[in-house]
Amino acid sequence: MLIKKPNSILPSEITTPEMYFGRRRFLRDASGAMLIATVPGLAWHSPATASAAVQLGAAANPAYKVDAPLSAKEDVTGYNNFYEFGTGKSDPKEYSQDFKTTPWTIEVGGHCDKPGSYNYEDLVSPHKLEERIYRFRCVEAWSMVVPWVGIPLADMLKRFAPNSKAKYVAFETLNDPVQMPGQRRPVLEWPYVEGLRIDEAMHPLTLMTVGVFGEQLPTQNGAPLRLIVPWKYGFKSIKSIVRITFTEEEPPTSWNNAAAREYGFYSNVNPGKDHPRWSQKKERSIGDSFFTPKKPTLMFNGYADEVAGLYTGMDLSRYF
Amino acid sequence: MSRTAERILKGVLHLLFITPFVALLAGAFMGKLGANPVEVLTHETGEWALRLLILVLMVTPLRKLTGWNWMVRQRRMIGLYGFFYVVCHLTTYVWLDQFFDLETIFEDIVKRPYITVGFSAFLLLIPLAATSNNAMVKRLGARRWRALHRAAYVAALLGVVHFLWLVKADLREPLVYASVLGVFLCARLPWRTMLDKRKANALKSASN
Repeated sequence: MLIKKPNSILPSEITTPEMYFGRRRFLRDASGAMLIATVPGLAWHSPATASAAVQLGAAANPAYKVDAPLSAKEDVTGYNNFYEFGTGKSDPKEYSQDFKTTPWTIEVGGHCDKPGSYNYEDLVSPHKLEERIYRFRCVEAWSMVVPWVGIPLADMLKRFAPNSKAKYVAFETLNDPVQMPGQRRPVLEWPYVEGLRIDEAMHPLTLMTVGVFGEQLPTQNGAPLRLIVPWKYGFKSIKSIVRITFTEEEPPTSWNNAAAREYGFYSNVNPGKDHPRWSQKKERSIGDSFFTPKKPTLMFNGYADEVAGLYTGMDLSRYF
Repeated sequence: MSRTAERILKGVLHLLFITPFVALLAGAFMGKLGANPVEVLTHETGEWALRLLILVLMVTPLRKLTGWNWMVRQRRMIGLYGFFYVVCHLTTYVWLDQFFDLETIFEDIVKRPYITVGFSAFLLLIPLAATSNNAMVKRLGARRWRALHRAAYVAALLGVVHFLWLVKADLREPLVYASVLGVFLCARLPWRTMLDKRKANALKSASN
């Protein structure tokens, strides 16, 4: 073993364990940091993909508006939690660019009279698309205001004729580790599953969403179709849906499976019920300046008038 | 190492350690930190604090392995930069995240285990930063000073637990820090004493 004299070994030759174990990340951080410090005006965001997004021509539904300004499209389509493509906020956009959304089949089954395999066009084309501006609140305590395009889930579900045994509706996301690299690791159990009580699913607010900002949903937002349940934490709004099942029992949900103490079945936005590890009293409105304080979180994300009636008599600290 | 070489080394280290801070500040002012810049500031200052604190703990094991003493002379600077980033991390949280809402901050410290642990790490580092200069080493005496500064291990451990407990599902990153720290904690175990004891016991039983 060649032992060099101390002063002939340069400090730069020492590999810190952080570098050894976190080479790529360290290099990305360090070079990013160096670049940012030395090259003013460096574009931190990747340039907008010049793919032609399909315009949907949906009429705005004036009944669903929010007092606050819309979040930036760049943020809505670039700051996402979609662990199927990676757990970083910019991973979904980065890794879903080749995700195929056509052809797309949804299996409908369970306690209904018209089960079957429906393709995306069958499901969506009989309905008139509308644009609704909703508040979106993530369980991580950040929020956005988003103009979604979709159809009331109730209208779609009625076509399958759920029968009296259908007390809940279960949903499932695609399971495809080849296209969805995040699924190669069991960060969550795959496929991602979610569910609603039948009255929540049939509620006028619940939107089967196919677009955002007037265009077809980008892959990172859950294309080709996803739920938006605006009075619940964002993870209930399941993305890239491939299965809809009417069930009699409360269906399993992925985050509840992962950490039952932290994520309940209902997951209604509730400033009075803290996450065990952080407070839910306030939220950061994405896009606000540094010097804007966090906003107070509203019960049911500001949709209390519309949905509080679904939960009368229910202890919301127990059924969270 | 010659005096000039050491001066140059110190200069390079200063530049290296201040760069993340400058880059974050620049990024913040240029609006280049993405959709949730406060989260980025909080996270990055925390990670650099943890990296530097663990780097400090690496110095002695490396010296034992290589006999390089010049690293020991840089350890104070590394530690103080670590403390600097801890202060930046805490300031970001108190100012930009909570807007000096003392009630919420107090509630966080008391009710959220990961913040309790993180805040404890900060408190533990204060006496270490305060006794880092030569005058304090003299006042405490080498023995007491060394004993006090062993708390750096506890602080680093608390930092790793803080990170582990705040993550929602993806434990990879905090586990990397945990394993690196684990290596250095193990390196500090009294191996020689333990091995000698074992040898002595083996000899004893052999001669019986």
